[in-house]
Amino acid sequence: MEQYVLIPLLPLVAFVINILLGKSILRDKAHWPSVLAVLGSFVLAVMTFAEVAGGKVINQDIYSWIVSGSFKASVGFLIDPLSAIMLIVVTSISLLVHIYSIGYMHGDKGYYRFFAYLSLFTFSMLMLVLANNLLQLYFGWEAVGLCSYFLIGYYFDKKSASDAGKKAFIVNRFGDFGFGLGVIMIFLNLGSIHYADIFGKIGMLQGQTIGMFGYNVDLITLIALLLFCGAVGKSAQFPLHVWLPDAMEGPTPVSALIHAATMVTAGVFMVARFNPVFSLSPVAMGVVAITGAVTSLFAATIALVQKDIKRIIAYSTVSQLGYMFLACGVGAYGAGVFHLFTHAYFKALLFLGAGSVMHAMSGELDIYKMGGLKKYMPVTYWTFLIASLSIAGIPGLAGFFSKDEILWLAYNGGTVGRIVWVIGTVVAALTAFYSFRIIFLAFHGKFRGTHEQEHHLHESPKAMTIPLMLLAVGAISAGWLGISETLGGGNFIGHFFQPVLGHPHVHAGEDEELMVMGISIACAVGGILVSWIFYVLKPEIPKNLAANFKGIYTVLWNKYYFDELYDAIIVRPTMWISSSILIPVTDGTIIEGIVNGVPKAIAAFGERLRKLQTGSVQNYALIMAIGLFILLSLVMFSGVK
Amino acid sequence: MVPLNWYIGLSAIIFTIGAVGFLIRRNILIMLISIELMLNSVNISLVAFSHYLQDIRGQVLVLFTITVAAAEAAIGLAIVVSMFKNKAVLHTDEIMEMKG
Repeated sequence: MEQYVLIPLLPLVAFVINILLGKSILRDKAHWPSVLAVLGSFVLAVMTFAEVAGGKVINQDIYSWIVSGSFKASVGFLIDPLSAIMLIVVTSISLLVHIYSIGYMHGDKGYYRFFAYLSLFTFSMLMLVLANNLLQLYFGWEAVGLCSYFLIGYYFDKKSASDAGKKAFIVNRFGDFGFGLGVIMIFLNLGSIHYADIFGKIGMLQGQTIGMFGYNVDLITLIALLLFCGAVGKSAQFPLHVWLPDAMEGPTPVSALIHAATMVTAGVFMVARFNPVFSLSPVAMGVVAITGAVTSLFAATIALVQKDIKRIIAYSTVSQLGYMFLACGVGAYGAGVFHLFTHAYFKALLFLGAGSVMHAMSGELDIYKMGGLKKYMPVTYWTFLIASLSIAGIPGLAGFFSKDEILWLAYNGGTVGRIVWVIGTVVAALTAFYSFRIIFLAFHGKFRGTHEQEHHLHESPKAMTIPLMLLAVGAISAGWLGISETLGGGNFIGHFFQPVLGHPHVHAGEDEELMVMGISIACAVGGILVSWIFYVLKPEIPKNLAANFKGIYTVLWNKYYFDELYDAIIVRPTMWISSSILIPVTDGTIIEGIVNGVPKAIAAFGERLRKLQTGSVQNYALIMAIGLFILLSLVMFSGVK
Repeated sequence: MVPLNWYIGLSAIIFTIGAVGFLIRRNILIMLISIELMLNSVNISLVAFSHYLQDIRGQVLVLFTITVAAAEAAIGLAIVVSMFKNKAVLHTDEIMEMKG
């Protein structure tokens, strides 16, 4: 057995150990199997990455899963540059989250359950990333959805948490429905679900159309859009973004895992993986780019006014995922995945930092009730600051290089590209603004919480601060893998991805690249400056703005009323159908009619039959005698044998 | 020598007495005796045929019948005794607990 098989297998083993023995034997030592397993996976992932960096590509079927007629599905691994980088992201973030959880979840009564699910989550994501065929991808895809449900609803006795879990699961179902149809379309038209076959044959479908609702739809566009449906759900893009901000009802390490490594990145990964399909359909590419751009702008504006620290970061994830799709949509898959890679580190850091703040604040989430935390929790402050600088796109840090690569390639991406470039640049400024809003409100100024909270303020334990520091290293240096050639770097990651993801053609020269870069730096610095003016220098400005533009403020505060909209057009009608049709008619009349009717009929029949049972021995004897007489007569006179 | 028909006739008469007695009498002891009568009438005909056909198997079967009759009497009487102890009844129309 090759070593890479163990990468997903180890977390699965840890899951089994924890779920079977965690409650009775391991108890507060339940982190050991999980942490060790993920550590093992991480080490193996690094080794595998080194092999792939040396030019090796592994594509091997391990196990024949389903064989039925011409349909063949196997469990197989494809490790190329794309999945190698994902391996690093997933295992490293997961490892740090596991370690952080030792401190964060200490003393929780579901400790073993938490670690079991974390490991299962990691296993699912690794299966998804390593898949060499669509069915295995789909397996991982659904499994991460299931694990997210388990973990978001981890505090299942809390109504809002269990609701958020259900919401995540159900909203994802909408996207996955499209994704499932896409998988079926691919199999029907190409006769295989293996990546190698699909990418080899997809060109044959070019120009083919399929009749749908009386229109002729381009087949490849249809397939690409169906697949993208899944990505929209999983990666929380507009209009299926509603589950992600609620997902923070789960414990904070889970948010970090979901937002950085094991869940929302699956959509971007899938689109990048299927770049040969997407690239053949300009329409689908346009849809991806526009969806990404719209989502990033829309989520960033919501993040401007929210007060809940985790909610702001959650919207920032939605916004950054929009960035990644924007990149994929203009053909810059490599840049998109590069941003995924850097984003994983600073976003995990932001979430774990927020968790550390919550830990100190006894669960308080409102940044307006914090303030001045800098002096109480220096490690959290500095790491959070690094993450914010990184996400804002300050030169030298990870976020800068990946964001800049995206903006530069978008700038070169034709008309659609120019439009999304403008949006992306605006979003860069907004991102810098709201990220530093957290810094200024939570960590600077005076403490605004209760005295009791102030008394309890403390730096988090080592198990929590060490992962923060390690992630901070990632948030600084992850981008150095892809320093643009214009800046004198080698753009290692661009060349690394080239065989799998290609590289879009760039027309414009170095001057323009420097100009694009300059604009985005100016936006980032401007955003931070405005944030500083608003929340440090003149705190009355944001209040005045909110009062003067009350309409806009209310819309943003209520997240564009999407939850209310979905509640009105989907949740309520569904509830109405359930309570007024399904429960009384279908369930009450038809199903209960059958279920109760059958035993009633049998009972009525039995009621008649009981009359035979008289209890009198003479009667039985008489019946026996008559029966015997009839039988004997039959035998003797009619010759029946 | 007594002809075979007489034996068969005797057997038939005793069997009929037993069968009718079993069907019409209500006293459990009489009913048990009637069963014995039926069994023994069969024994008579078996022995008669065995002698007539010079076949020993008939008499072997009689031994089995007697064994079964003994077992049946033992169990039947035991039931009767315990029933009488519990209910102080001997007539079947007074015991109708099994009526559905």
